[in-house]
Amino acid sequence: MSISARNRAESERATRRTLWPGRAGHGFVALYVALLIAFGVVPTGYAIYFAFTNAGNTFAGFSNFTDAAADFRFLPAVGHVALYLVLWLLSLVVLVIGLALLLHRLASRRVSKALRFLFYIPGALAGAASVMVWLFVLDPTVSPVAFLLRALGLATFDQVVAPGGLPLLFTLIAFWTGAGGWILVMYGALNNISTDILEAARIDGAGAWQTARRIQIPMLRKWIVYMCILAFAGGTQLFVEPQLLSQASVGVAGRDYSPNQLSYDFAFQNNNVNTAASVSVELLLLGLVAAAVFVSRSGFFDVD
Amino acid sequence: MSTDYRTPAPSAPAPPGARRERPRRARRRSKNPLPALVLLLFAVFFVLPVIWLLLAATKTDDQLVHANPLSFGSWHALRANWDALTGYQGDTVMLWLRNSALYTFLALVITLVVVVPAGYALALTEFRGRHTLLVATLVVMLMPSATLVVPLFLEMNAVHLIGSMWSVILPYSFYPFGVYLAYIYFSTAIPRSLLEAARLDGCSEFGTFRRIALPLATPVVALVGFFSFVANWTNYFLPYVLLPQSNQFPVQVGLGTLLDDVPQFNPTVGSLAVQRPELALATLLAITPVLVVFLFSQRFLIAGMLAGATKD
Repeated sequence: MSISARNRAESERATRRTLWPGRAGHGFVALYVALLIAFGVVPTGYAIYFAFTNAGNTFAGFSNFTDAAADFRFLPAVGHVALYLVLWLLSLVVLVIGLALLLHRLASRRVSKALRFLFYIPGALAGAASVMVWLFVLDPTVSPVAFLLRALGLATFDQVVAPGGLPLLFTLIAFWTGAGGWILVMYGALNNISTDILEAARIDGAGAWQTARRIQIPMLRKWIVYMCILAFAGGTQLFVEPQLLSQASVGVAGRDYSPNQLSYDFAFQNNNVNTAASVSVELLLLGLVAAAVFVSRSGFFDVD
Repeated sequence: MSTDYRTPAPSAPAPPGARRERPRRARRRSKNPLPALVLLLFAVFFVLPVIWLLLAATKTDDQLVHANPLSFGSWHALRANWDALTGYQGDTVMLWLRNSALYTFLALVITLVVVVPAGYALALTEFRGRHTLLVATLVVMLMPSATLVVPLFLEMNAVHLIGSMWSVILPYSFYPFGVYLAYIYFSTAIPRSLLEAARLDGCSEFGTFRRIALPLATPVVALVGFFSFVANWTNYFLPYVLLPQSNQFPVQVGLGTLLDDVPQFNPTVGSLAVQRPELALATLLAITPVLVVFLFSQRFLIAGMLAGATKD
């Protein structure tokens, strides 16, 4: 009895986590830490090792990095992905927020819920399946929207997958599969905004547009940043879409289109794992920095 | 966990004010049809390709080109497509589906065994390195999994695991997002007083976990299971690199192989040819498990996607 009384008195801090002597915590996380080391730390270290050595396992400085950068495919690949990222992030920010706001304003909750689900369905086709679907949808001979494609002057599949249009095309695929999930997130965050605030704005004479611009969007800010960081990090890794497209167009479009494909080709076509590793390390660093900055600066995650 | 975010406030009986608001809103909306139009347009954008895919599987290649794109072909054609697809390289498609199921299932089991105690320990126990581990988990969880594919290949190659199914199952089982979900769940769902009570009653540390945390873990098992399953089922890059043999492909990678044998996309295909409706049917088969999971676990999905903000 007295122990429990003392414990309770001790402080909120003590009960925040139940403090135990001993190493039970280590036991509980041991398996996870083992996996973290085996499939997070070790491959990273291994990639770094390869990136800074040559085929003879001797230290090579930055020569793998300069080799990769000097490859005629490298700069174009970076450019492709940069353009794709701009389009992808723009479409996400504008359309996802716009659609979430519209859904949130819908009078009928049933309709809103049904629409959110419909928007989300393509998420089930993430990966190769979405590429298959869009190969068909963009092929004027079988497309359900062939009239649209023709109206845009695209009469054959080859015209659709012309290099200039690819960033737009990959944006379309990524948006189709990924936007629904983010709309759910934004919708949930919008629901989080107290109705009192919205009501006050309405009384002050704010219309839908002003409410969105001055209250709702600012309050979604951290979610928008979260979405952009994840979309950015994911977008830099572009692989499946161009890879399958290059198969579908017999190497005409999408070959060595992204840095990840280039890394893959260095490793498996050119048998040059060191250069491949250097590209991987660059991509890793990009993802790592984006994630670390977000975790440390955004205050998004509570890590006590 | 994030129930507050999942359902908006009015799960309670609607206050009178809300009732009055509806017709007014509706009227305002009717003045401007643009929002409804935009939503409808996007609904078509998101759903039309899926409907087209469903219908494409019921057609012959000729119908695919000449019939109305949104018409139903025939059951007969569907049957023929099915037969052709299952006949492809001696039922390879079914083998790929079985592979996908095997890999995702085993990874799911290991993930759960790893994630539940780890999330529990991070949330409710104190140990050296806890904070570091939590931060590391967040950082790794935000990094796209594709970043590690080529490095993982180098590692697996060094330990001669290329071509073993464990070369994808074990990396799949490393699932920091799941650990984070479990961490959030345990730190919000289990009252600390309950653990204190168990401790006072002389429960061992493992006993407390087994008797208190585990029985309460069902929601997080479902949540982590959902995300792990979907992520691993739809993964393409990792198995594409680590499992070079066709008889080990998961169905996602298999789709790529089928694509290579479609003459309209690859004119050099000879007698192996796969017709486009067969590819559409294979795509449908590949996504069906995920679709089914979606239909039955919408609420997990939203809860999980909003997990980041549960502790505001």
